[in-house]
Amino acid sequence: MTTYYTKSHEWIRLEGTEATVGITAHASEELGELVFVEAKDEGTEVAAGDAAAVVESVKAASDIYAPVAGTVSGFNDRLSDEPTLVGSEPEGEGWIFRMTVSNPEEVTSLLTREQYDAL
Amino acid sequence: MSDTLQQTPLFALHGELGARMVPFAGYAMPLQYPAGLMAEHLHTRTKAGLFDVSHMGQIRIAAKSGDVRDAALALESLVPANYAGLGANRQRYGLLTNDEGGILDDLMVANLGHELLVVVNASCKEADADRIEAALSDRCVVTRQFDRALVALQGPAAEAALAPLCPAAASMRFMDMIETQIDGIPVTLSRSGYTGEDGYEIGCAAEDGERLARLLLAQPDVMPIGLGARDSLRLEAGLCLYGNDIDTTTTPIEASLGWAIQKTRREGGEREGGYPGAEHVLRQAREGVSRQRVGLMAEGRAPVRGGAKLFADAQGTKHVGVVTSGAFGPTVQAPVAMGYVETAYAAVDTALFAELRGKFVPVHVRATPFVAPGFKR
Repeated sequence: MTTYYTKSHEWIRLEGTEATVGITAHASEELGELVFVEAKDEGTEVAAGDAAAVVESVKAASDIYAPVAGTVSGFNDRLSDEPTLVGSEPEGEGWIFRMTVSNPEEVTSLLTREQYDAL
Repeated sequence: MSDTLQQTPLFALHGELGARMVPFAGYAMPLQYPAGLMAEHLHTRTKAGLFDVSHMGQIRIAAKSGDVRDAALALESLVPANYAGLGANRQRYGLLTNDEGGILDDLMVANLGHELLVVVNASCKEADADRIEAALSDRCVVTRQFDRALVALQGPAAEAALAPLCPAAASMRFMDMIETQIDGIPVTLSRSGYTGEDGYEIGCAAEDGERLARLLLAQPDVMPIGLGARDSLRLEAGLCLYGNDIDTTTTPIEASLGWAIQKTRREGGEREGGYPGAEHVLRQAREGVSRQRVGLMAEGRAPVRGGAKLFADAQGTKHVGVVTSGAFGPTVQAPVAMGYVETAYAAVDTALFAELRGKFVPVHVRATPFVAPGFKR
């Protein structure tokens, strides 16, 4: 199981065709403390780069993009009551949504950790 | 940061304090410091925050006759407020109107006893000064002071922080304005601000700005606060942001700012009308308006932001207004907003729906301010 990254600061961890998606620690720091997180409804089909979730700080709303094509298959319900979890554990318990990816091979076109860190 | 941006006298200090700088009204301004917007907002509500507002414009108006009342009467030709009746060392909010009664800017006017000191928004300051100069230069000397430092010390601990440096501060009331010194620095000092909290606004020469800011930051309970928290604080306090909540397309009556027009300038008053667009404003005051600015609170936690459309029904078929400012209110711990709605939907507690990412979320018209003001009357 490998984690891949996007230039727009999402991470995606794939197991078979099921993936977990969140934002990087760097993105979370830039956004500041979050007050609200919401993902598209389960079953929503998304292309790579489509907005699949939104995170809101006091000041602004930011879209979170699907790193690859697929279908939204779940939301981290803990974030409904505890949106700050994204800030405290962005790459762990603060994951945002799950998706069933259309083509698992597509993740290899994303950035590795080394590539992301070099941005 | 683009080098075409202007810098306030506190620019170097912001860098030292670790501020994240953003362009605002042509200036490089601190959006937030390392504590972050949420912590900065809550600190201002419970202790005291220091804001750099040096980007705002300060304009002095002195009557050629030497009588400050003549300057006040002259300014009344541009602003529907009673400034001739404003006592010495007092300050009053006002609005610059255009010929249609639209709002060109909002401002604070202080009577310093010998002349007026006007504080205007950064983005409007040149246009405001041009307008004031054009209308008043036959009777007054209008001086732009756009290079001074101006800081706001806001919050319940503001008095305790300032009084040891400036004993006169403790006895001032809300909207008093004096000229005094703080540790030898000549300052203009008013008990006012734009956060809904007690506090002060302190102006000084640019070269003294950093020393003044450092003195204040060294006081117990004072931390630096950025523009981000300034916006959420003013929104919770129900205060308008020029360019968002009021502009040339909104009149004082539509903006629910009729309170800023004192009795003397209203219909039947001693100096009724007499400002640009007065006939429109007077007619609206008499006959009512078709839309007005209201406070709004959304259910749930999702902030409803400026630009969101407002509907009378959950299906989004009857469009009745628009949100002009919205954020999550850190103190009220709920989404707060303001916007314009058709008058029939402007009563407090009216249920409406805001369009948010294709859904229609319930909101209610609510009285402002959303937080109890901390002013020392």
